Amino acid sequence: MSTALPVRNRPAVSLRPATAKDSSQERQKQMIADHYEKLAHAKENGQKVVYTFVPGNLTELLQSLDLLPVLPEINALQSGMRQKSAGYIAEAEKAGHSEDVCTYVKCDIGMLKSGNFGPTGTKLPEPDLLLLSYTGCFTFLKWFELLREEYKCPVVMLHVPYQPDGVISPEMREYVVNQLRDEVIPALEKLSGKKLDMDKLKHHLDLSKQAEDDLVKVWESAKHKPSPIDGYFGGVYYIGPIFTAFRGSQEAVEYYRELRSECEARILRNEGPQTPDGVMGEQRYRLVVEGPPNWTSFPDFWRMFAKEGAVVVASTYTRVGGLYDTGFRHDSSQPLETMADYCLGCYTNLGLPTRVDLLERYIREYEADGFLINSVKSCNSFSAGQLLMLRQLEQRTGVPGGFIESDLVDPRYFSKANIENRLQSYFQMIDARRLRVSA
Amino acid sequence: MTETTTQTPGFTPDRASQILQQARAMMEDLHLGPVQRWKAANPGGMAIGYMPIYVPRPLFEAIGCLPVTIFGGGDQIDIIRGDSYFQSYICHIPRSTIELGLNGHLNCLDGMVFPSLCDVIRNLGGMWKMLFPDRWSSYLDLPQNFALHLGGKFYAQELKRIARELHERGAKAYDPEALRQAIRNENRRRLAINVLDELRRNEPWRLPTSDVYVLLRAGGLMPALEHAQMLEEFADAVRARPARPFDNVRVVLVGAFCEQPPLDLIRTLEKSGCDIVDDDLQLGLRYIESAIDADADDPLEALANSFIQYGAATASRYIGTAEKGAALLEKVKVTKADGVVFAAASFCDPALLDQPMLEAALERAGVPFTAFKFSENTGQFQVIREQAGAFSDSVKLWGTVQ
Ligand code: SF4
Ligand code: SF4
Repeated sequence: MSTALPVRNRPAVSLRPATAKDSSQERQKQMIADHYEKLAHAKENGQKVVYTFVPGNLTELLQSLDLLPVLPEINALQSGMRQKSAGYIAEAEKAGHSEDVCTYVKCDIGMLKSGNFGPTGTKLPEPDLLLLSYTGCFTFLKWFELLREEYKCPVVMLHVPYQPDGVISPEMREYVVNQLRDEVIPALEKLSGKKLDMDKLKHHLDLSKQAEDDLVKVWESAKHKPSPIDGYFGGVYYIGPIFTAFRGSQEAVEYYRELRSECEARILRNEGPQTPDGVMGEQRYRLVVEGPPNWTSFPDFWRMFAKEGAVVVASTYTRVGGLYDTGFRHDSSQPLETMADYCLGCYTNLGLPTRVDLLERYIREYEADGFLINSVKSCNSFSAGQLLMLRQLEQRTGVPGGFIESDLVDPRYFSKANIENRLQSYFQMIDARRLRVSA
Repeated sequence: MTETTTQTPGFTPDRASQILQQARAMMEDLHLGPVQRWKAANPGGMAIGYMPIYVPRPLFEAIGCLPVTIFGGGDQIDIIRGDSYFQSYICHIPRSTIELGLNGHLNCLDGMVFPSLCDVIRNLGGMWKMLFPDRWSSYLDLPQNFALHLGGKFYAQELKRIARELHERGAKAYDPEALRQAIRNENRRRLAINVLDELRRNEPWRLPTSDVYVLLRAGGLMPALEHAQMLEEFADAVRARPARPFDNVRVVLVGAFCEQPPLDLIRTLEKSGCDIVDDDLQLGLRYIESAIDADADDPLEALANSFIQYGAATASRYIGTAEKGAALLEKVKVTKADGVVFAAASFCDPALLDQPMLEAALERAGVPFTAFKFSENTGQFQVIREQAGAFSDSVKLWGTVQ
């Protein structure tokens, strides 16, 4: 994207003052607090703790065996939001980790070396097992090899093949199912001391499906103009429960039902989403965003969009822990196969051409004015190839693409002025295109 | 050390030097002349490029394809278009590979394979499909589960898929007997590499790693049998050459299994007093650490199982239960190395994430090490020369790093 255009002096859009928090937000906060409370007392309550990752997680299985998950990526992003990550990363680099590699890993290692205090300030329990469900990124392998060195606890791994061509072959599914049956489930049963109750698993899978149905309605609500949601900045809150410990639980079902009805109510009121400074008014730009956000300056980053009236109508980051709006739902009639399909289908497990197809679809279906790539230094899984994605999407859709660079949790790579300038130029580019089209 | 590029007029190189010269010319031919000649001599044969580090080469040979290792452009090409496809924080090999693809250097290839080595190679596979939609290319998913009935089975299915897809595009149909023969040829090549490795370990002054490196690079451009014969002939010739022992430290070089350091960087290490007695450069040719069973009832299964059972410990291979670093310590022991030199490509996630664990294992065992990063087009070696020199002096004097 061109950055040569002068910075313009267009007034920021007005924001209506923040109303009381949506009750879904309060509910989510409580769910998270309860979970960390459980974790804090896990050892004294004899509950076993499993560390695992977000994309391709096996939450329903863990719930069925009464195991408690800890998600290191979530801890890392929370550390970023709480301004702790810089210190943790420095700690890891001091211990010999390269400055070139994924900062999530370093943030987690640094947190561990600093006492392993989680987002709520309480000490996280050590893992009884590391469940490496390895989906869409090679760094996960290394991450758990590193954690295994620290914790000396058993690891069980689920290798999920990659979908280079956007197709799940019978061989891929069979490979995952067989690993689940022969290795993962026996290891989890051993840890929990009980046999897997298939009916219980099916029950949790049914609950997942209900929540997924409602989440898709939430995503699709952004087709409305004005959009009642922000599908990126707001979206990262919406995915909280379903990507983590709660998918498959009754609480998640209730959360997503409530979230959906809040969106529907906003549509009736013709109202936009909440932003850090209030409810968004005029929506000047509808954007599709590719790539994870920055967490260390998250509210500032969001403001750069909100004050310009830029609303994100769809994003790919919010599909990392499950891609539901292309049709996938957990299906309790085939418990192992459905878990396999879920893991195989996460966004970063899809080949680049499929990712481009999905973005194109979002741009068209959500009638976006532009698409923006936030390329994060940490994540080769996301970032390698994004410049080609940019070209391909511009060619295919004619919609202007923007490109900014930052990082997930390393504040050294978030340059506020630089990003702001680039965004300003980018919005100007969209304006110019509008003028051309209407002339 | 044998100099293979320049010669004094009137000097007649010995046979070993001639072979080295030939290998060096092959390695530096970015237009893949040797592959073009192979295709001319083998009408109907297909040339299939692949990114490092490992692919099941015998399978390709068995269906009439020449597997061709693509190591990027090294320090030989200027990157003009490749850089515009990658952010500054991504390693160098994908840019130079794209550059080679876009400027036509790889036109003699009938396809490309992207083995599952890291996220960058994986995504490069997707880019290739978008940039060259008319050419066959495939991602090869290598299993990270090492149970024969799980990962082994899946991998055998992957091999069948590749063979089927290539057959649909003109390669020969899969024939178990042809695969048996290809495996025998690969085993012979593996043996020839072992002979050279032993030679460089026992008499590093006679056969420096920089020479072995050049010889193996040529192997990525020719069939296994031809390469085996070349190595065998070279071994005989080099043994007959006069040589004078040096007093250097013995090091294992780790981390450059994908993007390759410039040849001059390897030589810089040698000139700084380090005899490289083992390395993971061009790991693809050494990845399977045992002969593959050529007489198995199902040779394809044997080929798949060899990956599961005898695959080398490297950063892109998950270590589930074994001790991290144990394989490196074993190498140090077997090769009687004095220390380890870590040389990872800048921004190489697998190598750089692995390194702290390997360093910790070395520390526990009291093995000295030093580390630096490089890029395939690094042109300045002064810092590395000083670092390697200080390392070798320190190890020589005190047996450790001071
Ligand atoms: S490389 Fe990307 S996907 Fe992988 S762990 Fe890091 S941030 Fe997550
Ligand atoms: S050098 Fe490392 S990061 Fe780059 S492509 Fe090779 S293995 Fe991947």
